[in-house]
Amino acid sequence: MHAINYEAPKTVEDAVKLLAAHGEKARPICGGTDLIIQLRAGVRRPEYVVDIKNIAEMRRIAFSMQHGLRLGAAVPCIEIYENGDMRKYYPGLTEAAHLIGSLQIQSRASVGGNLCNGSPAADTTPALIALGAQARVVGPKGERMVPVEDFCTAPGRTVLQPGELLVEFHVPTPSPHSSDAYLRFIPRNEMDIAVVGVGASVTLELGEDRCTEARVALAAVGPTPIFVKEASQALVGKKLDDAAIERAAQLATAASSPIDDMRGTAEYRRHVVGVLTRRCLAKAAERAREATQSR
Amino acid sequence: MAKKTVVETILNGESIEFLCEPRQSLLEALRDVLELTGSKEGCLTGDCGACTVIVNGRALCSCLMLAVEAEGKTIETVEGLAPADGLHVLQQKFLEHASLQCGICTPGVLMSSKALLDHNPNPTEADIRYALAGNLCRCTGYDKIVKAVMDAAKSLSTRARAA
Repeated sequence: MHAINYEAPKTVEDAVKLLAAHGEKARPICGGTDLIIQLRAGVRRPEYVVDIKNIAEMRRIAFSMQHGLRLGAAVPCIEIYENGDMRKYYPGLTEAAHLIGSLQIQSRASVGGNLCNGSPAADTTPALIALGAQARVVGPKGERMVPVEDFCTAPGRTVLQPGELLVEFHVPTPSPHSSDAYLRFIPRNEMDIAVVGVGASVTLELGEDRCTEARVALAAVGPTPIFVKEASQALVGKKLDDAAIERAAQLATAASSPIDDMRGTAEYRRHVVGVLTRRCLAKAAERAREATQSR
Repeated sequence: MAKKTVVETILNGESIEFLCEPRQSLLEALRDVLELTGSKEGCLTGDCGACTVIVNGRALCSCLMLAVEAEGKTIETVEGLAPADGLHVLQQKFLEHASLQCGICTPGVLMSSKALLDHNPNPTEADIRYALAGNLCRCTGYDKIVKAVMDAAKSLSTRARAA
């Protein structure tokens, strides 16, 4: 690995100052599970590595029914599924965090790092998009909110400008009759990169099983994670039966633009998008019905 | 050339400080600076788990952590596992069940197993297999490893009840 300088600021303000001062020569590090491999391979060659996981604001999970979820970008995945509120109110995002790599990786890797790495196959990104999460970005000129579906621009690239730092995610409070799910297809049980990933959330009308809100997002079937707007439009106002779910699955397949690679052919991936979208919507709906009884 | 940095940590129960370059991984510092060669270098990409150590109670790949990040942290490596007068129960059970052949994966497997038992003293077989999914072994087929960890858990909980 080339020589680097290491900084470990304690506040967002100090981190942004360091990132702004060094511009393109600086890169934040959180869990390092992607970055350290990229440094070794020479894929990224920052002179300054700014460790952002000692910033308390970026390490918190704060949930309330009033304000929803504030999830620090540097919270390691292992702390997400150890958190009772996360498991109860955001099971889809929680299961996405719980299937990234091994426990050793989950001890280090964060949802913020998963997004900033910009991989189209990131597992937690579709789960965030399904929940309507917004990323709070702080930079030298102030702060802005970016919907997660607009965050990635190309493989390995994001909307972050030099000096900008992803600080936390804002996720809306789930309604009493809503839930989410994330499903990933890999050819083995653990420890692999998604062939296809699908995140979904649904909100049901009490008693009617009518869908009042739905979001579907895809991983590993395009140059960036994909938000399937058409699926939301097709599901809202409909009874969430097999026919409605099948229609959404077709729209998700149509929205995907996969390539052939070592993990699968484009044709195979399009097929799997349909299968996983059906299963994921059904799972989110089942959880929403259960939530209706338990909340 | 970046300057060397002094890092203060608690390593296997002892307060120490060591000198490293910011580009060095914790694994490199353990092996090359501190001469603790129990943790092995395998893939250097976080896939094989041969370099697994426990930092602040969490198992992680020491090849994917910078040594400078260890400042103020508590680190456990395989060298700290055995008490002065013998073996850790996991090590004893690995011997009894013949859970190792070439031994390269063993230090990492032991540390993942210790982290599991520290958090969950009564794991199911599925819990153990999940906790060890990030530790690859090309010799044993895993079965004997899983049996040893189950037996170690049983032995530890029997001891805890007796105490």
